[in-house]
Amino acid sequence: MTTILSFRELTRQCWVSLRLLPLTVLICSLLYTLVILMAARVIPGSSSGSLVRAENGEVIGSTLLAQQFTRPEYFWPRPSAVSWNASGSGGSNLSPASLVMRQRTEKLLAALSPKKGEKVPADLVTASGSGLDPHISIDAAIFQVPRVARARGISCDQVMSVINNPASGTTTIPVLNESLVNVLQLNRLLDRLQK
Amino acid sequence: MSQLYLLLLVVPLLLSWPLGLAMARLIEPDEASGYGLWTSGIFRKIGGAPVIEEQDWKRYLLSMMVFNVVMFAFVTIILALQQWLPLNPDAKGPLEASLIFNTAASFVTNTNLQHYSGEVSMSYFSQLFGLMWLQFVSAGTGIACLAALARALGGKQTVGNYYRDLLRITFFILLPLSLFVALLLLAGGVPMTLDGAIVAHTLEGATQTIARGPVAAMVAIKQLGTNGGGFFGGNSAHPFENPSFFTNIVECVTLVLLPMAVVWMFGRITGRMRDAVVIFSVMMALLLLKSAAAIWFESAPAAALSGFPVDITPNLEGKELRFGSGAGAFWAALTTATSNGSVNCMHDSLNPLTGLVPLAGMWMNVVFGGVGVGLINMFIFIVVGVFICGMMVGRTPEYFGRKVETREMTLALLALLVHPALILGGTALFAATPAGAATVLNNGAHGFTEILYEFTSAAANNGSGFEGLADNTVPWNIATGVVMLLGRYIPVILPLAIASSLASKQPVPKTAGTLRTDTLLFGLIILGSVVFIGALLFLPVAVLGPVADHLTAINH
Repeated sequence: MTTILSFRELTRQCWVSLRLLPLTVLICSLLYTLVILMAARVIPGSSSGSLVRAENGEVIGSTLLAQQFTRPEYFWPRPSAVSWNASGSGGSNLSPASLVMRQRTEKLLAALSPKKGEKVPADLVTASGSGLDPHISIDAAIFQVPRVARARGISCDQVMSVINNPASGTTTIPVLNESLVNVLQLNRLLDRLQK
Repeated sequence: MSQLYLLLLVVPLLLSWPLGLAMARLIEPDEASGYGLWTSGIFRKIGGAPVIEEQDWKRYLLSMMVFNVVMFAFVTIILALQQWLPLNPDAKGPLEASLIFNTAASFVTNTNLQHYSGEVSMSYFSQLFGLMWLQFVSAGTGIACLAALARALGGKQTVGNYYRDLLRITFFILLPLSLFVALLLLAGGVPMTLDGAIVAHTLEGATQTIARGPVAAMVAIKQLGTNGGGFFGGNSAHPFENPSFFTNIVECVTLVLLPMAVVWMFGRITGRMRDAVVIFSVMMALLLLKSAAAIWFESAPAAALSGFPVDITPNLEGKELRFGSGAGAFWAALTTATSNGSVNCMHDSLNPLTGLVPLAGMWMNVVFGGVGVGLINMFIFIVVGVFICGMMVGRTPEYFGRKVETREMTLALLALLVHPALILGGTALFAATPAGAATVLNNGAHGFTEILYEFTSAAANNGSGFEGLADNTVPWNIATGVVMLLGRYIPVILPLAIASSLASKQPVPKTAGTLRTDTLLFGLIILGSVVFIGALLFLPVAVLGPVADHLTAINH
């Protein structure tokens, strides 16, 4: 029996591997990608990133991604460890038992300034995994209603009716029955109704 | 809530059965059938005679190693040249040398540990032709090696042909499944475009640069092939990789589907379906335990929020809301059972005790495990279990009708010890030196866990991370790169050597005294050897890391 580690055997195996390399690359990378790209043409909207455009066609964001809102007249998204950077996603990676997270929570609560006895929904003081979570819980939206109403000079009921408008991107998670609001869609709807 | 996650384990279980049987037929068809002749014919035309000739286990492994070296070399070249290659609309620059080594090692070994962030560093060409290609062929390699092990255990002297196995698995199993899943993801809103990033002008007048790309294609094989290397830094927590509750369901099912199916494939090829049922049951029991523990621990609120006027909810730090509560913990259990390593929440921000669940999964590394290699790891625990039972009753132990003797046990123990040696050795070295100690984000026990997790993930070829670690440094890149390579090839080579050594022996006739390996009792023995030998080795570091973290956290 010939030893398998002979030079001849090795070169033979290398030659075979090199011949199979282009075959697998062409099929797995090129052909496969092309087929899915073709299929993506059927749904150009979501396959190019679910972009939201203003009336003049300018891109203002993506329905799938949170963007920064700091002004009082807008609903605020969840905290982001990467400042809502959509070209560098990431979480805080803080231990949920750490002092650093306690200090961050203090700062966030100061900005949210809950009334005495009022509880802040937890999603407003915890950073999302991607830093781009487009949603807040319905409770987090309701919590922000008084601030938004005051800043816009309208009644809380008017703001609530915008939240309840289906165009605000409200979704309910099946089975678990958790209601969420899409922050960008909600703010956009608010702006449009007030114009 | 628990019904939902139970259903998410039952659905892939039901799908895995027909898939596993189909896989066995596709990998090992009747060579005289139309499919068998046709594929062998085409492969022969392209690769020559070595692609179809029968190989003994040594030649099979040689082919595997040679092809893996070619994989490594090819992707190293692509990554090193990415700034001059096409499909780079965002003009990604050159990558640092140790990062290239780490990334190539990571994807060749089916680990997908990522010391880079996809949308920051990688061109579309690197993602598609380098990394995604490896996600196909490295998964194919794992399944091929399991097929070879199964043939040897079935008593064959030749174990098939690596190239033919690899091509059949890649083209006729992984490719059609990925295509189907990619289309589902596409329908669920995952982007698929070759256009570069786009600048948005936000409602508040700021700008937001939105990175995009051919995401759907990569996410599909990332989930199916226990790869886990995502297109974006945020992995499946990123809304573009996982936009909704629906896509999260699809990704959860595909995460465990193939690791489950290969158990049935193994049963069919060895011709011992009852043994496969026992092995599957042990894995399933451990997976149920892991999932339940993770969801339970994570339903506690973040300790850092106690005392503040904040609603009491399950820990939401590092989670995305659209997947629903419990989804992050459930995924953490699945992804570290199966050696996938993708994440839909940030593991560093899991509650301390929840963090123990993914660690334990990777320490055992047999709860379905990586496609193919998980069951190969389990084979070692089976051999150990058989041996212990044999010693207890005073008979020479046997498995599948062949005697397990000194040579097999020596190899099995070697294979068993590689994993803890890599993890504990690496952790000790990096925890004691600035190479590791200076790179942690969190203090104290949690920082120690970050180092422990990184080496565990590398050795288990998992690829998930406690991402607070600043791991893109030369020492980390080289150390984890080497650990991934050793953690991949030694635990494949040694079991195949054992199985072939068994196959070369005369079968022992079955008697009333033979230890049956297809019974509930033997299932419990495997479970025992996994827990007592596999997991308990790590008890001291578990106490130093997550447990200490938990105990000190309560006292805020």
